[in-house]
Amino acid sequence: MSRAAKEISPIEIYKYLPKTNCGACGEKTCMAFATKLANREARLEECPELLKPEYKEAYQALWEMLKPPVKEVVIGSGDRAVKVGGKYVMYRHELTYHNPTPIAIDVEDTLEPDAIRERVKRIQEMTYEYIGRLLKLDGVAVRCVSGDAEKFKQAVQVVAEETDMPLILCCLNPDVLEYALVTVYERRPLLYAATKENWREMAELATGYKCPLAVFAPGDIALLRSLVKTLTAYGVEDLVLDPGTFPGEGFSDTLNNFTMIRRAACKQGDELLGFPLLGVPAVAWLDKEAPYELKAWNEACMAVMLLTRFADLLIMHSLDGWVQLPVMIWRENIYTDPRKPVSVEPGLRTFGQPDEMSPVLVTTNYALTYFTVENDIKAAKLDCYLIVVDTEGLSVQSAVAGRKLTAELIADAIKESGIEERVKHRYVVIPGLAARLSGELEELSGWRVLVGPKDSSAIPKFFAESWPPKEEG
Amino acid sequence: MGEEKERREETAESFLAQFLPEILELLSKFEAIELEDVEIYAKRLALEFLPAVPAAAPPTVAPPKPVELLTEGFEEPVMSYPGRVLEVKLGATRSEGGTRGRVVVIGGETCPPFYLFESPPPHRPVVSMDVFDAKIPLPKAYKAHIKDVIHDPAEWAKRHVEKFGADMITIHLISTDPLGEDKPAREAAKTVEEVLQAVDVPIIIGGTGDPHKDAEVFQYIAEMAAGERLMFSSLTLDMADAGTLEPTAKAIAKFDHVVLAFTPIDLNLARELNRKLYEFVPRESIIMDLTTAALGYGIEYSYTIMERARLAALMGDKELQHPMLAAASNSWAAREAWMKEEELGPEWGPRELRGPLWETLTGLILLLAGVDLLMVGHPATTRTLKKFIDTLMSRGKAKGADIANWVSTSLEG
Repeated sequence: MSRAAKEISPIEIYKYLPKTNCGACGEKTCMAFATKLANREARLEECPELLKPEYKEAYQALWEMLKPPVKEVVIGSGDRAVKVGGKYVMYRHELTYHNPTPIAIDVEDTLEPDAIRERVKRIQEMTYEYIGRLLKLDGVAVRCVSGDAEKFKQAVQVVAEETDMPLILCCLNPDVLEYALVTVYERRPLLYAATKENWREMAELATGYKCPLAVFAPGDIALLRSLVKTLTAYGVEDLVLDPGTFPGEGFSDTLNNFTMIRRAACKQGDELLGFPLLGVPAVAWLDKEAPYELKAWNEACMAVMLLTRFADLLIMHSLDGWVQLPVMIWRENIYTDPRKPVSVEPGLRTFGQPDEMSPVLVTTNYALTYFTVENDIKAAKLDCYLIVVDTEGLSVQSAVAGRKLTAELIADAIKESGIEERVKHRYVVIPGLAARLSGELEELSGWRVLVGPKDSSAIPKFFAESWPPKEEG
Repeated sequence: MGEEKERREETAESFLAQFLPEILELLSKFEAIELEDVEIYAKRLALEFLPAVPAAAPPTVAPPKPVELLTEGFEEPVMSYPGRVLEVKLGATRSEGGTRGRVVVIGGETCPPFYLFESPPPHRPVVSMDVFDAKIPLPKAYKAHIKDVIHDPAEWAKRHVEKFGADMITIHLISTDPLGEDKPAREAAKTVEEVLQAVDVPIIIGGTGDPHKDAEVFQYIAEMAAGERLMFSSLTLDMADAGTLEPTAKAIAKFDHVVLAFTPIDLNLARELNRKLYEFVPRESIIMDLTTAALGYGIEYSYTIMERARLAALMGDKELQHPMLAAASNSWAAREAWMKEEELGPEWGPRELRGPLWETLTGLILLLAGVDLLMVGHPATTRTLKKFIDTLMSRGKAKGADIANWVSTSLEG
């Protein structure tokens, strides 16, 4: 039985380590390595001693102790393969969530090959730059809508030619599925899905072609456990669970099922439910009556809630940017380390070739704020100084409200930055959302305060109108 | 439950066994194979090449493959919690000393948010819509539905309640900001009175964040609207530092209103402020605001702090057993919400959709963290949040047959 990650202390782990402090793992002591293992920041295999035969039992004990309660399953092959699941905890604050939820977009086999190519191209092109990272979609789920083996195979091949992203082959008929699978099995697609009716044939395909297998038991967790038990006994090791994503009123059951499954795995050590969870927001599109925008809107809502409630893999339909952008951003957010704010080093930055009359700006050290301001300054080709105040990783709005960006802190940052020796003027531009600090800041720092725009996208306009300052200094 | 699955032993033998099929395949083509860059730690090594070596780990003989479904049950993983969230009543009817036609009760949870398998939430979370008493720059998509009433807070409130289904109204008295118009408390109170007359739902009074001016305005309005169970947004540690927390909290309690205790994403500060408030205000009159950051702008900090607060409350932390509020309308500060298509990039769609969706999703995420009361601005947000709250309040509506064929159903169009 696997235990909750929080419960394992470094001391318990240390007991099994060689205690030689040899340093081969990169840590100075075995105790330090034990701490890293407890935090899931190191792997057992980094200790060469442990791999020796005399430590076989210790290795085995540690492996059992440290394995995640939710198994990690690999879908795809090569560089673009994705890891799904591998979750150690139920709640984000217990330990960083591992393996950000991949988002696969569906493709129907009834589309013409050119339309398929076009759709796959759009999936690959959907990227957004956010805090210095590139957000993107991760896979393609080819669905057999035609019921025709030839057509399905053709669609799978067109997709496979067009992209090296991981594939999900969705077809409940094992014969039709195999007909397409033989052409792409080396890419280790996820097979969707084993059900009460077809589990035996699906198990044969999964073991025969060494592919991970999804288990589909809509709204029936007992059946899901039965299928997992049977498939595991059959020799299928890599499973992904789909307890059913219900659109409309049934969505509450979906979230409750996801929650119960994750709790059973993480808190009660239920190994039959210790597999990654698949959510399918695409079912929002089953509603034939609703207008297009409403279906897309519902899909975004369902995707975001599923990401929040333990989905390890998503299949979506919409390729609208306004749907995918917030979904990709929330996924990025919830998978960050809860212990560390996403922040940059505070201090003075220079842009372009600033001189002694160049403007001096102030911002916070929250990474998103900083990178946004940095991008806007660069885009404006502004020669300037930027003082990054340590707000403990909070944005301007939150930092002002939470007294992490105060007149006093800005005044201190101005002093410490050494900017007073670099520029002759005494004008500082503060963020528009920190306007209320102006009076006190002028008193404390002796600098004149100019209130900048509320959003840094207006920086070019602001400096065109307000720099150099016209008022008397 | 551990015996249910035979775990393959991670031994040197089984490690090699994984490659046996490949080795066999190669042997069938070549006379000999040479292993390069392979280190094997073993005292004794025997490779047996039999015609049908299974990939599963020797020496254990694989059990026979099942021929029919092995039946398992499922017991819902219900836990019990020593703590419970307090119930707070907002608004008061005539018989209760106020003038409201409707009152709202929030809180009272005995399990994590929407864990219906444990217990259904005793009260549904509610949506309060924002009204401002002075001109404020608002995004275009936000303004579209209220353009004609934007100069009249009473009419604006009425629109929100009658047309958009707001459960409550927040009147933000930004005209009192000492850095802005700096209008006296008396004038702000008049606006509050007009809003109270225009709608019969419970009202939230929003200040400006200035610890002196808010104190003055809140005390004045608390007395003027005695018995209404207004909520004052918000009381802060800044007020404690400025020496205005005590008189303000006392006035709010004296005239039977509710306080919103605001702290910056820090549970210790939240406890500290609550402890200060307990001296003056009944525990059943305190709601917490742990800070709402917008989606993409730090929402994960808000999400996690709220989730932690709620779990701590259920585990018995009495200083955190208060209902929680989130200002989803803060999400309009996100550039992805308000920026024009041509600036953000046409692929991200029209801001008329992006904006309200951003606010909606910020609200939905925080609902799942345990929020009881949401402040919002856009009617589409209110509509979606109320619909999903309806959905999340009841269980047993899923029908397996509805999605059994989703794989083979066309979703195009």
